[in-house]
Amino acid sequence: MNQNEFMQLVNPFKDKLFRVAKRLLVSTEEAEDATQEVLVKLWNKNESLDQYNSVEALAMTMTKNYCLDQLKSKRAGNMRIVHNNFTNRDASLHQKVEDIDTWNWVEKIMDNLPEQQKLIVQMRDIEEMEFEEIGRVLEMNEQAIRTALSRARKVIREKMIKTHHYGIG
Amino acid sequence: MALDRIENLLEKYFEAETSIAEEKELKDYFASSDVAQHLEQYKPIFGYAVQAKQEQFTATIPLNTIKRKRVVWLSVAASVAVLLGVGLFTFNHYNQPKSQDLGTYDDPEEAFRETQKALAMISESVNKGIGSMKYLNEYQQSKNRIFKK
Repeated sequence: MNQNEFMQLVNPFKDKLFRVAKRLLVSTEEAEDATQEVLVKLWNKNESLDQYNSVEALAMTMTKNYCLDQLKSKRAGNMRIVHNNFTNRDASLHQKVEDIDTWNWVEKIMDNLPEQQKLIVQMRDIEEMEFEEIGRVLEMNEQAIRTALSRARKVIREKMIKTHHYGIG
Repeated sequence: MALDRIENLLEKYFEAETSIAEEKELKDYFASSDVAQHLEQYKPIFGYAVQAKQEQFTATIPLNTIKRKRVVWLSVAASVAVLLGVGLFTFNHYNQPKSQDLGTYDDPEEAFRETQKALAMISESVNKGIGSMKYLNEYQQSKNRIFKK
């Protein structure tokens, strides 16, 4: 496989990998690094890629593992940048609230979900993947995924309703 | 779209029992302008999901690292070759048996003549060397003249 063929192979899902990486790592730069890393690893596998029936699922699994490793080593090194639990105490907050892009709230709520739920919501609600595919990536059975997904969706709903009613999440 | 259908789908959605198609239906409904007042609060959830899918990976993919790896291998191979070359050369150089064979004569008379010639050459050289020592004799004489014994 030459570089062009490889690019054609990964083009349909490279954005997906990036979004999954960003969901876990939060920072855009780190997500880009992770995606690059995974794609290069995939390229190095070049010859053996034919053995996999879904390169996309493989790439997704690799991204997931890479990001989780990354998070683990960061936490071990105590270098985690806390993006979430962030409350802006600006005086003008109350004026801003009306204007705040409500999507950001959803994003923040998702940032607070456990990693596994983040991944599931990302893959199901955003990437619109079937449970079977998600199961292959996460090595989980469908029922477990449904349970986790339902839990995550309910958390999002609950927090969104709070936001909706009080203007603050 | 019938409102009770949407409500029904929403209920199923939060139990994670909706299919992809049904979830699309929900996304479409909440993206439309006529969302029922009491469902307004769900709008951002579906809106966000649609919007989040737009984000793209724009960084380049550094596939040429493969080439870099090849270069590394090439330089490793080259240095091994050079080392081997130098090693073999010195090995051969030091292990080459010093040739002791300078030739010989079978005829004793000829051997005698050649020996004489060789000795004559040596004595000539030695005499030449001694010749330059005659200055020293001069010094000796002057010294003897000054410091009379």
